[in-house]
Amino acid sequence: MRFLMMLAYRVNYYSGILIYTLNIGVYYFTWQAIYGSQETLAGFTVEQMTTYIAVSWMARAFYFNNLDQEISREIRDGSVAIQFIRPYNYILVKMMQGFGEGIFRLLLFMGPGMILACILFPVQLPTDPKLWLVFAWMLFMSFLINSQINIITGLTAFFIENNQGMMRLKRVIVDLFSGVIVPISFFPGWLITLNEWLPFQAITYLPSSVFTGRIPDGELLGVLAIQLIWFAVLIVPIMLLWRAARQRLFVQGG
Amino acid sequence: MYYVGLVSEYLKNYAKTRLTYRADFWIEVISDLMFQITNLIFIFVVFMHTPTLAGWTRDEMVFVYGYFMIPYGIFSCFFNMWGFSERYIVKGEMDRILTRPAHNLFQILLENVDPPSIIGSFVGAILMITAGSQLGIDFGALDILLLLIMIVGSVLIYFGIYTALTSISFYSDAPTGILPLVWNIQNYGRYPLTIYNRFIQVLLTWILPFAFVGIVPASRFLEDKGMEQMALLTPVVGIIAFTIGLTMWNVGVKRYRGAGS
Repeated sequence: MRFLMMLAYRVNYYSGILIYTLNIGVYYFTWQAIYGSQETLAGFTVEQMTTYIAVSWMARAFYFNNLDQEISREIRDGSVAIQFIRPYNYILVKMMQGFGEGIFRLLLFMGPGMILACILFPVQLPTDPKLWLVFAWMLFMSFLINSQINIITGLTAFFIENNQGMMRLKRVIVDLFSGVIVPISFFPGWLITLNEWLPFQAITYLPSSVFTGRIPDGELLGVLAIQLIWFAVLIVPIMLLWRAARQRLFVQGG
Repeated sequence: MYYVGLVSEYLKNYAKTRLTYRADFWIEVISDLMFQITNLIFIFVVFMHTPTLAGWTRDEMVFVYGYFMIPYGIFSCFFNMWGFSERYIVKGEMDRILTRPAHNLFQILLENVDPPSIIGSFVGAILMITAGSQLGIDFGALDILLLLIMIVGSVLIYFGIYTALTSISFYSDAPTGILPLVWNIQNYGRYPLTIYNRFIQVLLTWILPFAFVGIVPASRFLEDKGMEQMALLTPVVGIIAFTIGLTMWNVGVKRYRGAGS
């Protein structure tokens, strides 16, 4: 359903791919200049960096969604009240909708976008099929974790009447700390430590690091575990928020 | 004079509607700034690993970024037509605008003013002053005058480009994804032009002149950037872009036939 809806807006679709390519471009050129004559920075070679940027942005093309906006809109206009009496779990439905959108994005955004990026920039994709498999799984987990964070942000609309600021703040934090803009290993030490205790690195930094071959095989399981743990941990605040929300639903203008 | 009066009336109206939700104003200011802060953090993090970026130091980049924020803040304060096609053409609000005596574009811009955005300009100015004093640049009266002219030029470039693009909705009714596309190209204008390949350099200088909203005019105040002469073109490019934008708009308005039934 969501899949078809997005297909209807074809112009947006083409420009969407181009926007991601443009974003890869600006960071590609900037990083090239930053490296200058230096071989490695913070453990990244120039080639790894190029691949990292391309993969990270394209991963974002897949996992990105506006569940937070949708949920808070439904809360504010009151249509969430109907969801309460329906015999299904609202949050699961939202998650599935997001996943439908994600599949669309994967096939029609990320796929073609990745091909375009590989043509335009010297991206080196790994040849090891195992890495591809692991990456695919990690990407799926990225989607889940990112959607969970979105849902949490969206649900705050139950408690704060205007959560626009929250949502924007979340977006900035996710982009910054997930490692799309700067790989986490570039941050100063205390920020790296802080990030190890936050879920955001599981969204982009870890999958992209695995895919660019920066994580040795021995540590692979640990990285996979981090994502799983965060997925499990983030269920808790969603449940709590949802339960608390039922207690105090009041509909603006209702 | 008539137009000045209108500006104050519209602003009064804006204040009345917004004061109902006082907290929103500050939320908007803060979240606007958050996006800028991300870019600043990027600059700071990057310069922890390298002394220069294509010959530019950290303070110089912050200086450029500060400049970039000033015209951008002014522009986003007065230009909020991202939903123009939907609101004014599809819903037909353009009819209402056209029956009034003041110039239609002027009315639309004022209906959508967004004063919180201008805070970004002040932050940009502070960044420029801080980075400038680190670099030992002193601004004489003449420099300040020049800076103001540059800023006006850069604002005109923004207006020109986005007015032209918005007026496309008069010519074609398909929702165009071109606005966000160009909005993203704009980000290229913050970094030294020499890091890009020839094609992008030409694009940013002569086709979508976003080089003139950041790096080029700002380099006028720094030393040895090799763009001092080009920087003086900023107001010229601004006037050209603005003229093209306004012309496309005026021709477009004449084609407007009102919505459906």
